[in-house]
Amino acid sequence: MIEELVCWFIKLFTGARAQWTVGFDQLQPGQRVYFANHSSHLDFLILWATLPPALRHHTRPVAARDYWARSRPRLWLSRKIFRAILIERKNISRCNNPIDQLKASLEQGDSLIIFPEGTRSSGDTIHNFKSGLYHLARHCPQAHFIPVYLENLNRVLPKGEFIPLPLICSVIFGAPLRDVSERSKDDFLNEAKKSLERLNPL
Amino acid sequence: MPVLSIDSELGAIIVGVVLLLSIASIIGYVLAQRTQSDKSKAVIDNLNARIRAWWFMVLFFGLAVLSGNTGSIILFALISFLALREFITLTPTSRGDHRTLFWAFFIITPLHYFLIWIHWYGLFSILIPVYAALVMPIRNATTGDTKDFLARTAKVQWALMVCVYFVSYAPALLTLKIPGYEGQNAKLLLFLVLVVQMSDVLQYVWGKLTGKRKIVPQLSPNKTVEGFIGGVLSASLLGGALCWMTPFNFWQATLLAFLICLMGFFGGLVMSGIKRDRNIKDFGTLIQGHGGILDRIDSICFSAPLFFHLVRFYFAL
Repeated sequence: MIEELVCWFIKLFTGARAQWTVGFDQLQPGQRVYFANHSSHLDFLILWATLPPALRHHTRPVAARDYWARSRPRLWLSRKIFRAILIERKNISRCNNPIDQLKASLEQGDSLIIFPEGTRSSGDTIHNFKSGLYHLARHCPQAHFIPVYLENLNRVLPKGEFIPLPLICSVIFGAPLRDVSERSKDDFLNEAKKSLERLNPL
Repeated sequence: MPVLSIDSELGAIIVGVVLLLSIASIIGYVLAQRTQSDKSKAVIDNLNARIRAWWFMVLFFGLAVLSGNTGSIILFALISFLALREFITLTPTSRGDHRTLFWAFFIITPLHYFLIWIHWYGLFSILIPVYAALVMPIRNATTGDTKDFLARTAKVQWALMVCVYFVSYAPALLTLKIPGYEGQNAKLLLFLVLVVQMSDVLQYVWGKLTGKRKIVPQLSPNKTVEGFIGGVLSASLLGGALCWMTPFNFWQATLLAFLICLMGFFGGLVMSGIKRDRNIKDFGTLIQGHGGILDRIDSICFSAPLFFHLVRFYFAL
């Protein structure tokens, strides 16, 4: 109920629209890892809100613990509404390795939203991807890796601003990456980044 | 203030519009049954999408007008907000504009409509052309971002003028005091919107049926001389025929309608200029078949101020 209201408000405010370049009825069933460019705090919200409800219920955003665990309301939001998976960005050891968390979640049947750049960019270019996406693909080759280009979000809420503007943005879903398990690390990360850049309509 | 006030004239116009739309829907249905070729099918599909959208627009507009002045003002404030959103989305702005745009969306636009709501004509008429024009560049300058400073400032100011200031002259008609026409200004607003929108529709119909010579092909490939003349003249006559709902006599209504249609046409042309410059076909996708909200209100933007001032000068106290 709260979830539907939150999504409705987000879509009304930003006029965000999902565009599926591959009809999502043609996509094979199974767990998905949506990976997107990152330029705004709203990114995962918009991506999550524009997913069809049936998919959304099984999709969990992956977010930084150091940001989301900083205050009680944030922690509550991330836990109860978005069901986010909070991962460590610093001080990673064998016992809190994010990949294990993500893998466990995928194995439970969830899909994930990931921002492989690791941090927000200015929105003009996509940074090189961190290797986490590759390690995830190696551990979970059965998941479909779907590039999602978020357009105009860097203008809605750029880095350093705290009041969003009501501008219209698009969420463009691409075709899943192929031959995930056969590629080398650099090859995979490059291809993943390129698949995202190709979705940029400009 | 009456919540729902329908006098017999208002009732007649509602019945008329519903009748007209019903006929259009029937024609659209018959045409859809008859067409075979793919090319004409696309045109007919678009026509039917437009007619369907018209039903919704008429419903929204009708409910707003019938709910009284406050309802109309809220509706137009919402239209301005959505139009501004489309305009700014398609206008390249930079990081430095973020706070300035916040002012445009969340302070100036609501304040402007608030002034109409409290009937403060003196401040309403200068808020955006004078005070927004002063405040926005100041806000922009204080960010320290000087790249394309003049162009950026001009874009935001122009967006406010078109999407908020010009459009708001339509609901501002509700604030006029016309002797012998008290409490009936909603019909004046209805007259303006009906004539402008019928002019667009009739230009489209005349153009599709008889159009040959393109009027400004670089700007708008669909506008033809035949559509322009036929549409403007027939919509002007329609305006004259609607004089019974206005404080004007037949000739005054026809002349005013003619001027409205003319400005509406040029409004469409100017907005096409922006679209061609930005390399887009429509401002948005909000209204099925029509494009964005700006595509639908471009003619009102340009005709509302002229109509308001003419009525205010010649008919109001």
